[in-house]
Amino acid sequence: MALVLTEEQSMLRDSARGLISDKAPVSHLRHLRDSKDPTGFSKDLWHSFAEMGFAGLLVPEEFGGSGLGFVEAGIIMEEIGRTLMPSPFLATSVVAASVLTRGGNAAQKSEYLSKIANGSLLATLAIDEGAKHRPLQTSLKAVRAGNGFKLSGAKALVIDGHVADLLIVAARTAGSAGEREGLTLFLVNPKAKGVAIERTIMVDAHNAARIEFANVEVTADSVLGEVDQAAGLLDGVLDIGRGAVAAEMVGLSDEVFGRTVEYLKSRKQFGKLIGEFQALQHRAAELYIDIEITRAATMKALQALDADVVKAAPAVAVAKARAGTTATRAVQEGVQMHGGMGMTDQFDIGFFMKRARVCEELFGDANYHTEQLARARGY
Amino acid sequence: MTDLKTSDSESADLETFRNDTRAWLEANCPPEMRKPATSDADVFWGGRNAKFSSEPQRIWFERMRDKGWTVPDWPREYGGGGLSAAEHKVLRAEMARIGARPPLSSFGIWMLGPALLKYGNEAQKKEHLPKIAAGEIRWCQGYSEPNAGSDLASLQTRAESDGDDFIINGQKIWTSYANYADWIFCLVRTDPTAKKHDGISFILFDMASKGVSTKPILLISGYSPFCETFFDNVRVPKSHVVGTINRGWDVAKYLLQHERAMISGMGERGVGRPLGQIAADSVGTDGQGRLDDAMLRGRIATFDVDEAALAACAERAVDLAKAGQAHPAFSSAMKYYGTELNKRRHEILMSAGGVDALEWESERSRQGARPRAWLRTKANSIEGGTSEVMLGIVAKRILDLPGA
Repeated sequence: MALVLTEEQSMLRDSARGLISDKAPVSHLRHLRDSKDPTGFSKDLWHSFAEMGFAGLLVPEEFGGSGLGFVEAGIIMEEIGRTLMPSPFLATSVVAASVLTRGGNAAQKSEYLSKIANGSLLATLAIDEGAKHRPLQTSLKAVRAGNGFKLSGAKALVIDGHVADLLIVAARTAGSAGEREGLTLFLVNPKAKGVAIERTIMVDAHNAARIEFANVEVTADSVLGEVDQAAGLLDGVLDIGRGAVAAEMVGLSDEVFGRTVEYLKSRKQFGKLIGEFQALQHRAAELYIDIEITRAATMKALQALDADVVKAAPAVAVAKARAGTTATRAVQEGVQMHGGMGMTDQFDIGFFMKRARVCEELFGDANYHTEQLARARGY
Repeated sequence: MTDLKTSDSESADLETFRNDTRAWLEANCPPEMRKPATSDADVFWGGRNAKFSSEPQRIWFERMRDKGWTVPDWPREYGGGGLSAAEHKVLRAEMARIGARPPLSSFGIWMLGPALLKYGNEAQKKEHLPKIAAGEIRWCQGYSEPNAGSDLASLQTRAESDGDDFIINGQKIWTSYANYADWIFCLVRTDPTAKKHDGISFILFDMASKGVSTKPILLISGYSPFCETFFDNVRVPKSHVVGTINRGWDVAKYLLQHERAMISGMGERGVGRPLGQIAADSVGTDGQGRLDDAMLRGRIATFDVDEAALAACAERAVDLAKAGQAHPAFSSAMKYYGTELNKRRHEILMSAGGVDALEWESERSRQGARPRAWLRTKANSIEGGTSEVMLGIVAKRILDLPGA
């Protein structure tokens, strides 16, 4: 498989770019933030996403989706990264759709996947509990009660947590924090008794929530996959999310870089364009190279996911680790090279820095994924 | 639907090619040739005076040569394998799968060949390419001069017209393996009155010509891979100029792209044991099998991330070139990162090896192989254009920054 987009993929990119740059430039995020929009994204745009087949991009065709792959999902994420458009796409269309497709039974798939594809259902995976992404540390408890379970515990950084219609909650049904055995996924109605959702306003003005579960009763039907055996399913689904976030960070890095290079070509000091200074030229060139390498690593990971989700793990670790360090470098250089302007809220560049910081934490930061690679390689 | 069918049958053909190639390599690549080269003797460079260091090396070379697979993607008429880009990629992957060594290493393959294929006339291609493919002639590169390093276009070696010939006088430096080479591809000034980029020609001649002499330069590694090369009234027919007289800079730049791609791919990327396991030999591991030096382990893991990412980028660069979407200066980006990464690799190896890696002369240390290799890599970011020159090229030609 060549590491270049096919004609169909280029067309997908162009149509996504057209829609997103037209309807959701960075000013769109700024407006949502400044108006303290209670939804945190544009429902109209989400309808457009559904109409264009993006909402159900990964949903199999039999459930009304587009049945496309992770490379295509990455293309949409990259365009989202360019304008920082807040969208349910990551939580609902990438992560939740993948959990349901890969782990759901026939009834669960037919109930939820078509609604994701037509844009009428928002869903999200609630996994992280601590400050850092440590999926195996999950300790939210699910104990058997009657025919079902009772959930108690708390989740942090649930993407779209306050707007989701369906929570997919990782819970511990056996074993203790740190163990692979004993994890189970539950489909939980956010309106169920005992669910307390606090929207958390984050640095990047994207949607997130803390959710507490106090003896929340769920039926046995709400188990997604096998009881105690969710670790394998989670590995794959989280890697899909990681690949998607890496693609978002590539788009974000590329956009910041493009804006920065334009600034180097227009800002004058000491009687010349600052882009003439070799100190800045070399830093810009190094950043360009970093971005191109990360772009390739991310394409490689997305193709690997399309080929075989389980075998893709090392490629995904490489991509997410690289994307984290590259995006961090891109936004830091972006602010620095814009000088004082880069520090102002009026200027867009700071939005990219804030979003990059959040993306770095999502589904594991560069340190986490570098550690994963070291373990995979046996040292 | 038609398109889908075509690509299906193409991929089926490619699968057949993959299976055939895998079977052929299994049957024909001697086991001794399936591990990384560990010394200079392990690398076969060809040439008039070439000697094989072992029987497996000879067998492997001859079998690959007979298939045209010393230069798999060159046209068959010039001794190549005539493989498509996709087939070439499959062959590389299948060779990498079993750790097969390149059967022939040569500046003719990596540098001159591509330039001749693009700029050479038919007679030059017919004369030189088959001998490169067959490993009969070993080439060296006459580019740098004592006063023309990073500023290569200021080179002063003169070629003065004398009837049908040029008379060449001057000196080259850093000529890799000039003392072993049979022929040289050389940049000479044919018009001293023109602007510096405009008076240069790209010319080929026999190193056995009267007036050519070489003198090896001892490097910090203790080896002498480079020479000073002197030309004293060397007579060369004008028909040996590749491309147009005084337009040699075009050929030179094109060739440099290939040289940089070659250097960026140096280093033992992805073959042999993982760096972390090599380090474990000397550093040891903790109860969980982790390298017993957390900081070193982190450096190695970060290196592994970057190396895997660079490998993806190298693969993508080939794919982009195939698709006609490559930027011609991208090899400078790859050269920069690849060489800096290779230096990092060898710094890690030295750090991991500790005191053992300091031995310079002993059987135990294979005559100081590790420290000598470490020192050799310091040239990577200088030869073929320094890292700073590479960044300048990226800034100017890819980013289009002003005044660069």
